[in-house]
Amino acid sequence: MCGPDTPELAEAAAEGGADLLELGFPFSDPLADGPVIRRAAERALAQGMRTGACLETLAATRARLPETPLVPMTYSSLLEAYGWERFADDARAAGATSLIIVDLPADERADLRRIQLVAPTSTDKRIRLAGERTDGWLYLVTLTGTTGARDGLSPTLAGLVERARTATKLPLYAGFGISTPEQARAAAELADGVVVGTSALEAAERGPAALRDYVKSLRTALDAAAVPA
Amino acid sequence: MLSGTGPESPVPTAASGGGGAGLRPAGADAGQGREGTYGEYGGRFVPETLIPALDELETGWREAKDDDSFRDELDRLGRDYGGRPTPLTLAERFAPGKRLYLKREDLLHTGAHKLNNALGQALLARRLGKQRIVAETGAGQHGVAAATVCARFGFECVVYMGAEDMRRQRPNVERMRLLGAEVRPVEFGTRTLKEATSEAIRDWIATVETTHYLIGSCVGPHPYPEIVRELQAVIGHEAREQILQAEGHLPEVAVACVGGGSNAIGLFAGFLADDVRLVGVEAGGAASLGTGRTAVLHGSRSSVLADEDGQVLDAESISAGLDYPGSGPEHAFLRDSGRAEYATATDDEALAAFRRLARTEGILPALEPAHALARVAELDEEVVLLCLSGRGDKDLEEVLSR
Repeated sequence: MCGPDTPELAEAAAEGGADLLELGFPFSDPLADGPVIRRAAERALAQGMRTGACLETLAATRARLPETPLVPMTYSSLLEAYGWERFADDARAAGATSLIIVDLPADERADLRRIQLVAPTSTDKRIRLAGERTDGWLYLVTLTGTTGARDGLSPTLAGLVERARTATKLPLYAGFGISTPEQARAAAELADGVVVGTSALEAAERGPAALRDYVKSLRTALDAAAVPA
Repeated sequence: MLSGTGPESPVPTAASGGGGAGLRPAGADAGQGREGTYGEYGGRFVPETLIPALDELETGWREAKDDDSFRDELDRLGRDYGGRPTPLTLAERFAPGKRLYLKREDLLHTGAHKLNNALGQALLARRLGKQRIVAETGAGQHGVAAATVCARFGFECVVYMGAEDMRRQRPNVERMRLLGAEVRPVEFGTRTLKEATSEAIRDWIATVETTHYLIGSCVGPHPYPEIVRELQAVIGHEAREQILQAEGHLPEVAVACVGGGSNAIGLFAGFLADDVRLVGVEAGGAASLGTGRTAVLHGSRSSVLADEDGQVLDAESISAGLDYPGSGPEHAFLRDSGRAEYATATDDEALAAFRRLARTEGILPALEPAHALARVAELDEEVVLLCLSGRGDKDLEEVLSR
């Protein structure tokens, strides 16, 4: 979640072994998010992290990390207010590699290039559409639910990966509900990478060193995972 | 109710926002623009997880509204269970010098117009094979209607309600519990309807395969605004026939309160194709149509109380049912097109109208339609139709404390 410490935290995450970083642009009513990210968004908004400030945070992060892909993750209302094209242009100018807009399904705003999400409930037809329109990789929502840690890896991920493989040749990264190194490793034996939000955010709240260590624990688990067939 | 016998409008399309009929034939909603939109408003801004369920809901709805057995069952329930048609009452002492007719949705079973929508969506949920209903509520009237239909049809029922609203609408919380619903308090943010709606949607995201989301107003992602409007259109169609009977002609103006806007859109649906002025009345502290801007809230693009960054602002009203920063996309469209206009009433004006209706007509209105009542005196027109959308029992504590 964007905040004053984001550039430093991003650097720590990259040192820990993150290949790509999502930067949350907070929204007041984040429907896809569980309590941890919702509260983080509330705090960020209370600190004044509006669209302009978030774009500045993105640029400052890019200055520290010239190579790491950086992806703003947000909700439609921010783009509606800022201007959809203008947001995409300004984010790119500030160093964004792509965008994730959680509440903008693949059939809305086809012209806005972004990373598409598919879910266990998605039909094959929708997975194909998302695969055609996505920007670089496809985000697999591992479970039917909102963001946040779960006890085990979602059993629906395997089926989703299988369906997505037939729809696209692009890399598949799995997110939602992944928090432990064991879950990350299990997910990485199915998909091509994992996305961790809630638990990374909780680690970041304990400071850059804690975030670096947490990401390193995930990195180690992923490196030990068998490469998906 | 929803008999399809209402007058066929020349412009009955969701895309154009027009329409006079109750349940319209399939294909009548394509209209101009994209399906599920009202001009630039509406659409589906929800996580991908929900899209297949919305597709399924849309298909189920199209089939249901063309199915005579669905219409017949809904008509029968409305009549034998709900008490339709609700009367039209001439309120001469409240509005001297005018012919003010009150459409008495307060006399509907459960005490508000919300039952019209809840009954229809319960039948739809049963067709879709769902076993569980999740709903949000502000004033508690939609929550009570949802709990009622769940008891009647044997659905499990979970209602999300802001903790602040649970405090100020205590009798409705007890009603829902007696009806067998689980009321889950929402303790964060504004602790009112906005947050309760978000939590209901989050529940639905996690349970979508077994659960129907029974949204209470003409808001949310497509096809909800259309479904709710069509299920509430019975208000306007009945009132149209009744006032023609009583006056021999149409009213000059039709007035209703607007929070999300479901009783207003239901009333307006009877008169969109006529030369009848349409006036919605918002709470002064929740005037999303009066002072809002285009933003995305709860799955659709509409006129919302939001700041310049698209962050949704807190509404503030004495009336829990109007205390919502958004409004239905069709209202935003009707405002832009000039077909309907939207005024406001303050808390104090609503309270004064509440007391006046009680003393002059012997009717305790809910605080929500009291906002509409507050604007009647200054209307230029003589023959006025007003939707008295609910009764005031739930508000006694709030009114007595002022």
